[in-house]
Amino acid sequence: MGSIYNALIEIVGEDYASNRQEELFTYSKDLGTSEPQWPEYVVAPKTTEAVQKIVRLANKEKIAIVPLGGGMTLAGLALPLKGGITIDMKRMEKIIEVNESGRYMVVEAGVSQGKITSYLHKHHTHLMHSETGAPPAATVGGNLAIHGQGDLAHPYGFNSDMVNGLEVILPTGEIARFGSCAIDSGWYTMHPLPDLGLFLGWNGTTGIITKVSLRLFPNKKIREMDLFAVENEALIPEILYELTHVGFSEDLVAFSSEIPPMMNKLHSISIVITGDSEEEIEFKRHLIFDVKLAKYIRSGVGGIAAVSQDRQRPQISKSADWKKGGGFEYVGAIMPVSAYPECYRRGAEISARHDIPYTVLGRVIGSSHGMMFSWSYAFNRADPETVRHAREALHETDEQVMELNGTIWKPAVFGQKLMMDRMDTNTLQLMKKVKNLLDPNGIMNPGNWEVGQ
Amino acid sequence: MYELRFDEDMCFACGTYDCLVKCQHLELDPEMARIEIEKIIHSEDSFVLHDCVTCYACEEYCPNGNHPFYLIVQKQEELNISPLPEPLIKQGVQMGIPFRGEPEIQEINGTALNMGVFSQLTNRVQGRLFEGLTIMSDDPRKMFHYFCQLMYLHYGKTSVINERLKKVIDTIAAHKVTEVVHFHDECFGTYTSYAPAFGIDVPFKSIHLFEYLFNKLEELKSDIKPLNYKVAYQRPCSSRLSSDKHRFVSKIFDLIGVEPVDREYVDENAMCCGATIMGQKKEGSRQYCAEIQRKNIEDMKSAGAQICVFNCPACMQTLGKPVGKTGIMPLFMSDLCRLAIGEKVA
Repeated sequence: MGSIYNALIEIVGEDYASNRQEELFTYSKDLGTSEPQWPEYVVAPKTTEAVQKIVRLANKEKIAIVPLGGGMTLAGLALPLKGGITIDMKRMEKIIEVNESGRYMVVEAGVSQGKITSYLHKHHTHLMHSETGAPPAATVGGNLAIHGQGDLAHPYGFNSDMVNGLEVILPTGEIARFGSCAIDSGWYTMHPLPDLGLFLGWNGTTGIITKVSLRLFPNKKIREMDLFAVENEALIPEILYELTHVGFSEDLVAFSSEIPPMMNKLHSISIVITGDSEEEIEFKRHLIFDVKLAKYIRSGVGGIAAVSQDRQRPQISKSADWKKGGGFEYVGAIMPVSAYPECYRRGAEISARHDIPYTVLGRVIGSSHGMMFSWSYAFNRADPETVRHAREALHETDEQVMELNGTIWKPAVFGQKLMMDRMDTNTLQLMKKVKNLLDPNGIMNPGNWEVGQ
Repeated sequence: MYELRFDEDMCFACGTYDCLVKCQHLELDPEMARIEIEKIIHSEDSFVLHDCVTCYACEEYCPNGNHPFYLIVQKQEELNISPLPEPLIKQGVQMGIPFRGEPEIQEINGTALNMGVFSQLTNRVQGRLFEGLTIMSDDPRKMFHYFCQLMYLHYGKTSVINERLKKVIDTIAAHKVTEVVHFHDECFGTYTSYAPAFGIDVPFKSIHLFEYLFNKLEELKSDIKPLNYKVAYQRPCSSRLSSDKHRFVSKIFDLIGVEPVDREYVDENAMCCGATIMGQKKEGSRQYCAEIQRKNIEDMKSAGAQICVFNCPACMQTLGKPVGKTGIMPLFMSDLCRLAIGEKVA
């Protein structure tokens, strides 16, 4: 054990490797309901080469490694289920290049969403990236490893669809690049090279993403959030369909929650629109409210609850306050938009069974091609009984997602198993072959996406 | 349940029907107004009940103090003619439900400041003008216990007000206050106009914020340095319930040395901020709202206003930003007064 610790110090320096309990404690938990899982070491590399050396060391010692970004998944995906080395990527946070005219930026994977937002705001005011709904400390690499989405999901899809290039340390320590950067032609496209698709959404079980080329998008001068409210949840899919037909929104989110009371059993759709002038904004408002949604207003089943509000990112984390003790975890699932009403109803039922005020949200991905629907469950960190209730509610929700023919997003191990139980055998076996091929020693975030015999 | 004290005979004998004739949002001559108000009194359908933008102004226009607006709202509810879509009504009605525990009652035994549902705006009631004035509750978690409920006039729901108001009055009275200064004149209007109109007892005296500010400024007169700004005042709908206090606007302006700009939408002809019109069910409401907001702000601008003064936080929320974009500074009246006595405002 001492030799691993010393080797880690040799790679990153004494200040960035630890086996001390008080520091391992921090890395043993995430913010959700998972039981603590202790690493044996934590290490914070600064360079790709350092990551490479750590991976080679882990292979030599046959010790597990778990790459960690901001640690915001809540689902325990970066907890060391089988001990080993937690690799904290947050020191790899360089913004390497911003290509204005090509609208992309190359960053180290440990850079936080907040840093990117802040950097673009300061240096490239008319460019933006798709920022996740997670706190700003969430990292780019972590988000891609779980197929995250952000606040540009409606026009542009998953964040992992916005990648122009990747650099990855393979589980055996080689550095591999994907996209145009692989042929040394810059970082401007992932296509049309043969699709390898081996790293996005794999929870860090097939390699460690170290560099990313991210697509950037036009950032207009004016941005506002408008709210449209309905009582009948069955109307949500058709209203979202109408809104995605207009296609003017930057972000479309339908949500409902028991607390505060004004939201209870009502459904709000936040519609973010942008423009470079007041005329552009008003034109968009006109088409959205006076044309597309007018029939709902006239008949009294829908109403404009607010316009011209400062945009607020989805803040389901506020639900953590509904139980004292500040804890919450959610199940997210990629669902057809048409499933919104049933998702809401079942979520409210599960919440009621566990005495948790319901909080649900559906963010449109693409032109109503799907939505990320989340069911959030609050708990009191100091009260094991409420933690148990939340955990059970999460498991029940995972099962409900499968019943509704949904796809669990960033599933915890419980949800991964549910999906693998239902997965096509050939697909499952291919996943296993890929995993074994890339990671012959089984060191990469073991316990996640583990295909049985 | 409480009943509106509306004198039908007085209304039939009116002759002017100013309540509807003067309406800025509907076109009625006196004869049409007579016919429609009679329909309303007799609980018959009237286009007025459908097209009313709920700006409260008819309360002021009525020469007899006979509460035509309360009547309109009551009849809207009776005839199930809702000015707003159902989800907005449900949302609004649920908004007033306290959900963060019971209020913490401290006995004050004197004059207190009631923030209503604007506890988060206590930074607007700072400095020497408010020294010695105890805030009844500055805890945003408890503010809905102090919510005067009058907002539901915009929702066509006097029943909600009548059901909840007594408890709110009891909560305020439990502080053993003798006088209450109301931060928002919607609260002032509730306790001095709505409650008496419906026979609801109010066991404390209400003081309008502008009257309070004027009196404090009088006390601090020697510290006032004329501000010499040109100012427009955004008169809120609820001020129509206390039009006798509107004179304090010009009295304050005189005292602090600001010049009210000569504009079209002023005093009785003031234009509402449009906040509630935006969501109304009537076709074209959103565009109509945008249009009156545009006209209102353009009116301020062309009159040369440098500052737009607000009383109502909802007006500030609705118009503050667009007013600011034109280069006119939006300010609460309390802050304008503080500037006049040399204080800085946040």
